[in-house]
Amino acid sequence: MQISGAQMVIEALIAEGVDTVFGYPGGAIMNVYDEIYKQNSFHHILTRHEQAAVHAAEGYSKASGKVGVALITSGPGFTNAVTGLADAYMDSIPLVVISGQVPMSLIGTDAFQEIDAVGISRSCTKHNYLVTDASDLPRILKEAFYIAASGRPGPVHVDIPKDVTAQIAEFDYSIELNLETYKPHVKGNPRQIKKAMEAIAKAKRPIFYLGGGIVNSNAAYEVRDLVHATGIPAVETFMARGVLSHDDDLLISMLGMHGSYAANMAMSETDLVIGLGARFDDRVTGKLSEFAKNAGVIHVDIDPASISKLVKADFPIVGDVKNVVKEMLESVSLINPTKYEAWRETIRNFEELHPLTYHEDSDRLKPQWVIQRVGELLGDGANISTDVGQHQMWTAQFYPFTRPRQWISSGGLGTMGFGFPAAMGVKVASPDKISINFTGDGSILMNCQELMTAVEKKIPVINIILNNNYLGMVRQWQTLFYNKRHSQTDLSVQPDFVKLAEAFGGIGYRVHTKEEFDAALRDAVEKNIVTFIEVIVERLENVMPMVPAGGSLFNMMLLEKKEKK
Amino acid sequence: MQDESARRVISVIVVNEASVLSRITDLFSGRGYNITSLTVAPIPDSRYSRLTIVTSGSIRVIEQITKQLHKLIPVLKVYEHADLVEKEMALMKFPISENITDIATLCAAYNGKIVNVGDNVFIAMVADEPKRVENLLKIISKYNPKEIVRSGAVALER
Ligand SMILES: Cc1ncc(C[n+]2csc(CCOP(=O)(O)OP(=O)(O)O)c2C)c(N)n1
Ligand SMILES: [Mg+2]
Repeated sequence: MQISGAQMVIEALIAEGVDTVFGYPGGAIMNVYDEIYKQNSFHHILTRHEQAAVHAAEGYSKASGKVGVALITSGPGFTNAVTGLADAYMDSIPLVVISGQVPMSLIGTDAFQEIDAVGISRSCTKHNYLVTDASDLPRILKEAFYIAASGRPGPVHVDIPKDVTAQIAEFDYSIELNLETYKPHVKGNPRQIKKAMEAIAKAKRPIFYLGGGIVNSNAAYEVRDLVHATGIPAVETFMARGVLSHDDDLLISMLGMHGSYAANMAMSETDLVIGLGARFDDRVTGKLSEFAKNAGVIHVDIDPASISKLVKADFPIVGDVKNVVKEMLESVSLINPTKYEAWRETIRNFEELHPLTYHEDSDRLKPQWVIQRVGELLGDGANISTDVGQHQMWTAQFYPFTRPRQWISSGGLGTMGFGFPAAMGVKVASPDKISINFTGDGSILMNCQELMTAVEKKIPVINIILNNNYLGMVRQWQTLFYNKRHSQTDLSVQPDFVKLAEAFGGIGYRVHTKEEFDAALRDAVEKNIVTFIEVIVERLENVMPMVPAGGSLFNMMLLEKKEKK
Repeated sequence: MQDESARRVISVIVVNEASVLSRITDLFSGRGYNITSLTVAPIPDSRYSRLTIVTSGSIRVIEQITKQLHKLIPVLKVYEHADLVEKEMALMKFPISENITDIATLCAAYNGKIVNVGDNVFIAMVADEPKRVENLLKIISKYNPKEIVRSGAVALER
């Protein structure tokens, strides 16, 4: 059929089964918005900032496993969205972000709201396109969705000049894609898998090192089967929280900079690392030359470039984790699960020596208590997003995750301002679960304008602000490594968070005690409106344990031991 | 261990489309790899172009470059072979007062010749293995070349 470029965008989104688009209009994208006005096949959610539109699309994608979609205008609309693109790129989140561009005839003239969008997005997207003819649009949009979701997922950016959205051309979305140069390797090499299984059978102290790729490939339940069938203990990366349930006997906990003592010690003493969809990044490995020093390495990843990038793999397996783990399960009888009892005992001793805990030794509430409490009260019933800082690390440490896609946090880029819009996207994707955003008094002010979106669209995100009157994570580093010179991190001057929420039509609570917190959370869940629960917490609490940047995993700063009060 | 800064030649076959070259050069600059030389031209009768990139780094770095290049969507193939036929061209401009016979003889030994003679200057060319071109350029310096331009290497695996 002959339709305009703008209509093609709508038709393609419908054909891809998109039910929600997050966006913000402007001059260059108006033709597309005009078509949005005329259709009712999918919802459009008007965020109040383009960055938030992309983060909401990320949250939506992470919770649903589908491709997230955001729509923005040229120039400042696009540049506002760049942080979201970069965030999705670092965390391998499949997105299609469509931006308007000035008309073809004006490109290169420094026209009003012109910016070289594809030039900017090149280094923070999996792929990008500048569409120069509407007849290319069906193919480009179809490729964009395919590239975003396949292989190692990531954001794809499509920049469409205004005259191209007005141009009439033939639309046929049933075309076959012919991507001769892009063929992700999804099936692992069976010989390599066999060899890896034999290596596992021979190992004395093997360990599963589970990464976020497992969540992306929807392989968590296969991985659970593999872990249970082998009896081999597992550590999770920050991105992999929820792959195993928190109460799984074989889950040691998170590893890395703020990982548990037991997880980091187990990683240091293992003789075989079985990496599944994890990328050995610096926050995980600490000092590389000391990381799992005496261990062999099996590395399963869909991205060949992730393998042997930082840690040399003895058994590299390129493939989709789900396929590879299924194939591993077929020869799982090679492995004797009773063999590792002594190893598991060693790890239990590490856990008992320095458990992941905190002291309730202040008048103010401890932030860790708040997180644990939400876990007790809501547990599996909530999806958990966070912003970035201490509260984020405590959430990763203390929330009792039970399932994949329950945990939504900006790991790779560490974007303050991610949490609230992401939690909106999560709620839209998963309306039956309560959507919590654990945030800080610093982070929440980046994107607090989204209160308006949440009120308008009735998206009842519960934002729990762990208020320590500090840019706490930076303050912690200043305390520990800059001789307590707390440069520009004191947030004593603050808005009234209760009134702030109310000003937009949301609900605000300020709580100081455990009783007040329980009451506020209960009320927030009942009210089903967007809320801020501001919890006044201990100001100088540090996230412990901690591997100082560049240090070795086995050299952790630990929580001071104290007698229980 | 291989020398950290060992010279490597990488050939990349890419779809001939807008901005593909910047995808490649962005990857090098973004990840801190260096480019010694880069040549690119379309492959006859196809929708592809061939790039020849001369770079340097340890085996580990080159392996990473190769994989990262491969990840770019429009990249079809990446070759990192040791067994290559490599050629590079150089053009050299001399004042007319220099000994043109000597220079012509020298260039001939490097698959070259005098290609242009004007009132004040003449231009010579050579085309040979990059190492040999390097060598010639050293020798030729005593003839006071006014300008030298090198093409960068092109290569084909054997
Ligand atoms: C956009 C952005 N700017 C700066 C930083 C650096 N940074 C990391 S954590 C942090 C402090 C966050 O403070 P808050 O939200 O109050 O959380 P807390 O650490 O106090 O829990 C800062 C400034 C960042 N991660 N993102
Ligand atoms: Mg704070």
